[in-house]
Amino acid sequence: MKRFALAGNPNCGKTTLFNNLTGSTAHVGNWPGVTVEKKDGVYKKLNEPISIIDLPGIYSLSPYTSEEVISRNYILDEKPDCVINIVDATNLERNLYLTSQLLEIDVPVVIAINMMDVLEKAGDKLDEKLLSDKLGVPVVKISALEESNLEDLMKVAFKASQSKRDGISIIYHKDLNHLIGDVKIAFKGKNVENPLFHAIKLVENDEIETKMHEDLLPMVEEFKKTFNDETFGDDIEAIIADERYQYISNNFAKAITKHTPKENEKENENKSDRIDKVLTHKVFGLIIFAAILFLVFHFTFSENLFFLGGLFEDVTPCFEGSIYEGLFYTDGGINSPGVILFNFFDMSFGGIIEAVQGGLNAGLGEGHWLTGFLCDGVLSGLFAILGFLPQILLLFLFFSIMEDTGYMARVAFILDRIFRKFGLSGRAFIPMIMGFGCSVPAMVNTRTLADENEKISTIRVIPFFSCGAKLPILVAIAGGIAEQWNFSHVDLITYSMYVVGIAVAIASVLILRHTTLKGDAAPFIMELPQYHWPQFKSLMIHLWDKAKHFVKKAFTIILASQIIIWFLRSFGWNWHMVNSMQDSILGSIGMLIQPIFTPLGFGSQLTSIGWVFAVAAITGLIAKEDVIATFIALGAAAVAYLTSDAVDPEIIKAMEDAIEADEEGVTAVVTMIQATGITWQGCISFIAFNMLTIPCFAACATAKAELKEGTFKWTLLFWIVASFVGSAFVYCFLSMFSSESLAWAIPVTVVLIGLGVGSIFFIKYWNKRKLKVA
Amino acid sequence: MLKRLDEFQIGETGLIKKVEGEGRLRRRLFDMGVTPGATVYLRKKAPLGDPLEVTIRGYELTLRKSEASLVYLDSKGVN
Repeated sequence: MKRFALAGNPNCGKTTLFNNLTGSTAHVGNWPGVTVEKKDGVYKKLNEPISIIDLPGIYSLSPYTSEEVISRNYILDEKPDCVINIVDATNLERNLYLTSQLLEIDVPVVIAINMMDVLEKAGDKLDEKLLSDKLGVPVVKISALEESNLEDLMKVAFKASQSKRDGISIIYHKDLNHLIGDVKIAFKGKNVENPLFHAIKLVENDEIETKMHEDLLPMVEEFKKTFNDETFGDDIEAIIADERYQYISNNFAKAITKHTPKENEKENENKSDRIDKVLTHKVFGLIIFAAILFLVFHFTFSENLFFLGGLFEDVTPCFEGSIYEGLFYTDGGINSPGVILFNFFDMSFGGIIEAVQGGLNAGLGEGHWLTGFLCDGVLSGLFAILGFLPQILLLFLFFSIMEDTGYMARVAFILDRIFRKFGLSGRAFIPMIMGFGCSVPAMVNTRTLADENEKISTIRVIPFFSCGAKLPILVAIAGGIAEQWNFSHVDLITYSMYVVGIAVAIASVLILRHTTLKGDAAPFIMELPQYHWPQFKSLMIHLWDKAKHFVKKAFTIILASQIIIWFLRSFGWNWHMVNSMQDSILGSIGMLIQPIFTPLGFGSQLTSIGWVFAVAAITGLIAKEDVIATFIALGAAAVAYLTSDAVDPEIIKAMEDAIEADEEGVTAVVTMIQATGITWQGCISFIAFNMLTIPCFAACATAKAELKEGTFKWTLLFWIVASFVGSAFVYCFLSMFSSESLAWAIPVTVVLIGLGVGSIFFIKYWNKRKLKVA
Repeated sequence: MLKRLDEFQIGETGLIKKVEGEGRLRRRLFDMGVTPGATVYLRKKAPLGDPLEVTIRGYELTLRKSEASLVYLDSKGVN
């Protein structure tokens, strides 16, 4: 099968073209560097199927970030049958700079001028004949978004792929051309493929090239001694970059006929400018960003939308008592869209479980093991996870909109100054905020970071940005605390825990960047894409992708782990079913590891059933969704412990059913709290531990793949240390407060952590001043 | 008199004469179109005064003051 590679600048519409050619659903964003790894698909509309490879967007073939190396190596080593170079018609000059380098490689190239629709709408015209004549390769005008001319493009590319093409250079500097010619001959003599490309890169003093062909370097050095350009001196790198741009602007300025804007169009342009002025305003820029972030979380998680709850305090809602009450209304407030969706799923799943249980009980008789296996082992755990799907998707939708409109890039622009204080660049912000959704794509996204140490520290702190899967832990345990200790502000606990995660992340980055991963903040040179309206299709593609991934995970790894846990808690070492979970395999393993967690408040100080916390924390290493699913599954053990004196099976049955019916897991947590005798400090420390510890399997695998060899084991150690130190601190600190003062213990903690971080800054600032004075 | 890009005022335009620095950083600046001969317009500064946003070769580029200090221009004044 022939292979065509798509190459081009970041954000030039490559992925949109790829999706439309292959019918796949890769994620597209208005943020340079959304595609960070190569993807392949198949184009089927020609006589023979063609494999299409979407390469990460690059500005140049000189390596700067790791994704640029991926693209370069693919074209050089894998030798695609044709390279389709996508060029953004609205930014011809910079896009053709990459083209000038691609043309140096001995591979058929076809240029696809994309975004013709935007160009034509603006009233501009483009002469593709002129481009084609000058560059010596076919040029096709397309619009990836409107899917126009794509078949033409593929036909032209297919034709081009049938013949060979030798690399050409557009460098006209006489003396340099001599040198390039000589080096090229030397490369040919060594039987190196793509001699022209390698020759030019070597002359350009390219990092990879000088390492690979050290033997030819003296040739260049010798030349430099006698070489002296009028304007540039012996700065060959600058001359070549200048030559490329000179050639482009000399030849292609004529290719575009600009249309003179009319009055009303200028008006339009001003609108985008005015929006930008507000969004990146000196004073309001940061405030607006904070407000947007708050609204996103508020819409997704709040049970008191816009704090309107107070209005209804004295009025009984008209739908009281109906099923709508639980759906739209949580005592004292209107639900946000996220919570409404959650409740809807929760109610439906609850109904399904009841129906299944009822049916099985009728068919098999009460208490059959199969009923237990299906309802406790499989369904309740599975639904506990699927129930969170709408909220996770909603969060993703908001972030996709921010990304698609081009606002995310501005956020990096606004925040860079602050991030630099921590030794990171504004670009590191995107993977971190993505971490609130899921650590896996967030870690992959760190490829856009140019500095290796910055990348490692970012990957290490990404799990501290509490991901969607950790949300159930927060909601359930915070809910449990609220119910058990009569504390009315669940959201306060939830928000505080998010803040704790961020605070630990900041502190960790500061420590890492000053100890093992020293280094100044990496340079921040980034394109700011134009604002545009989010595209419905691309948003839906992204959401669908996310939903698919989540559901797949629920039905594979989580389902499997839940079945294993059911088995371990139902059977003893003698392979017989046990009556009490205390005697099960899981129980004995739990008791073995329980003491490790003593300093964190959920270890040996608990009752004999206290091992459930240890087991839940360990199952969280498979997938964080497992933690609450495990709680629900082990609920029966807690019930048995609590009711060991009771004889009435009806009561036991009712308690067990209540745990299963509550998908949020609050009932399970309350039962656990009562059975284990854990303190609220221990509960909060348990949340903190889960937020800071080693992330799930999938995230660990991603981290291992992204990190440089040998750093992963230290990263694991870092996570273990961070979680133990962090939650031991939380536990010890909170233990100073009694349960009556819970309401102010949490804010005080947050303030103290803030002060701690502040003082680190102060010390840094002080040291700098001392240095200056000295 | 050459002026450094980080000393520019908002709204100032200039022609690049020289790009200093070395290695990857300089390479990156070149790749992004910051080469001698290009015209730069300083559009705005971020809320905290840094980084800068410039219009160059028909697109918007953001870079920090520390990187901008490597770029020397012939100022054409504020418009």
